Amino acid sequence: MTPPGRSLPVLPQASGEDVPAADPSRPGRRQFLRTALGGCAVASLSACGIEDFFRKHLHELSKDELARIVARIEKKASQKYGKNVTVSTAAARPGVQFAYGLDLSRCVGCRRCVYACVKENNQSRQNPQIHWIKVLEMEKARGVDVAHADAYYEAEKVPRPGHFYMPVQCHQCRNPPCVKVCPVKATWKEPDGIVVVDYDWCIGCRCCMAACPYGARRFNWAEPDLPASEMNPVTHYLGNRPRPRGVVEKCTFCIQRTRAGLYPACVEICPVGARKFGNLLDPGSEIRYVMERKRVFVFKEELNTEPRFYYFYAT
Amino acid sequence: MITTRTHPAAALLAVLALGAPAAAAASGSGPAEQAPEPRQVKDPEGDLIQAKPPPFSDGIFPCSQCHQGKGDPTRRTLGFHDEIQEQFDHDSQNRWCLDCHDNARRDVLHLSSGAEVPFTESYRLCGQCHGDKYRDWRAGVHGKRIGHWDGQKTYFLCVNCHNPHSPRFKGIAPEPRPRRPEEMKR
Repeated sequence: MTPPGRSLPVLPQASGEDVPAADPSRPGRRQFLRTALGGCAVASLSACGIEDFFRKHLHELSKDELARIVARIEKKASQKYGKNVTVSTAAARPGVQFAYGLDLSRCVGCRRCVYACVKENNQSRQNPQIHWIKVLEMEKARGVDVAHADAYYEAEKVPRPGHFYMPVQCHQCRNPPCVKVCPVKATWKEPDGIVVVDYDWCIGCRCCMAACPYGARRFNWAEPDLPASEMNPVTHYLGNRPRPRGVVEKCTFCIQRTRAGLYPACVEICPVGARKFGNLLDPGSEIRYVMERKRVFVFKEELNTEPRFYYFYAT
Repeated sequence: MITTRTHPAAALLAVLALGAPAAAAASGSGPAEQAPEPRQVKDPEGDLIQAKPPPFSDGIFPCSQCHQGKGDPTRRTLGFHDEIQEQFDHDSQNRWCLDCHDNARRDVLHLSSGAEVPFTESYRLCGQCHGDKYRDWRAGVHGKRIGHWDGQKTYFLCVNCHNPHSPRFKGIAPEPRPRRPEEMKR
């Protein structure tokens, strides 16, 4: 209870004199805020495109709507980068289940894959620097031990004696924790197994980054730094099209290449042939040969993420 | 799409059967004097094509430019090919030039059986000793292929990656390390 003689510092007593007069030349605070907020909303909408703001989720779009959106993205990107940018929406092929094999007995840690990926997939170059592949250097004596791994190793020549190298990128899990936590369904699993992100649907909350046990997702903290001369104009909507600031991105097995039948860029660049890619349902594929004959393991198996990315030892 | 194509190993064997009838007969004759230019060898389903020619030093091939007819087959240090002799480290205790290079026909190699092998098919020679690697290579698992995961691929000869005279992998310089988060500007 308030002691007598003292009052709580609360709103002033409502009396006839304190109520502002309904004078249109001096609007009340609430009235002002209402108008200002409305104005801001309209301004921000016209900046990002009112159609983009009110569009539906990718899975709910009709063919025509998708075509319009893609055409708009192509036009914008072509203007921005001064080249003919194409944005594919190629769907997963039936009867294809992608899988990836990485031969730890061959990898020498040269990081060619890291930079081939950056170039192919239009990652931000310097500020922020975004790499979808992280190559970990580990000690042979310890085996696969993330606690003692070093991604920042420098050497004149690799492999360094006593060390082996373990590149880590998105594992395209069959049971992906990142997809489970996304509050807006901006990331999902495609029928061929690729986990994708719709950059126009992502709200940048980064829950998926916290959920991923492989640290495979990257965030565009600033406007991506992608020089027009280095921009790869052959893109896919769910893959390497230029990203805006404030969204999450990650390896997509080079969806723009692999949906067109090509090997991913990291496979093609690897100077020691440590990287294998193919269709698990094709008994003649390289990846099946690996699965059937080599010693294969998945990283952090105990988490039950069921990756499509397999490490193996060919020797 | 599930393709109905044959196993890559089987496909390659088909290539060999088509491209090298001499091998099947294991005789000393055959189409051995093929110039080692980029040669396209397709299997019946058009899946594989050969990529690169063997990486000869400039002007060294054809060997018959200098070597004509049979030479002295006794093992010795030569007064030429210094560079190769210096680096030679491929069971060098037991072998020398003419264990792989053919003495009678200098522009081809030969298997231990004596059957000739063109330079463009040197993998057959390597496969004599390195059977496990050869098996993996034919399946596309040792070494690499580029092109289409579901179709036409380009493959590399053993010698496109391994120096046949000194095959052990030599270290290479790595690309720059990623920047640490604190090194990026805000």
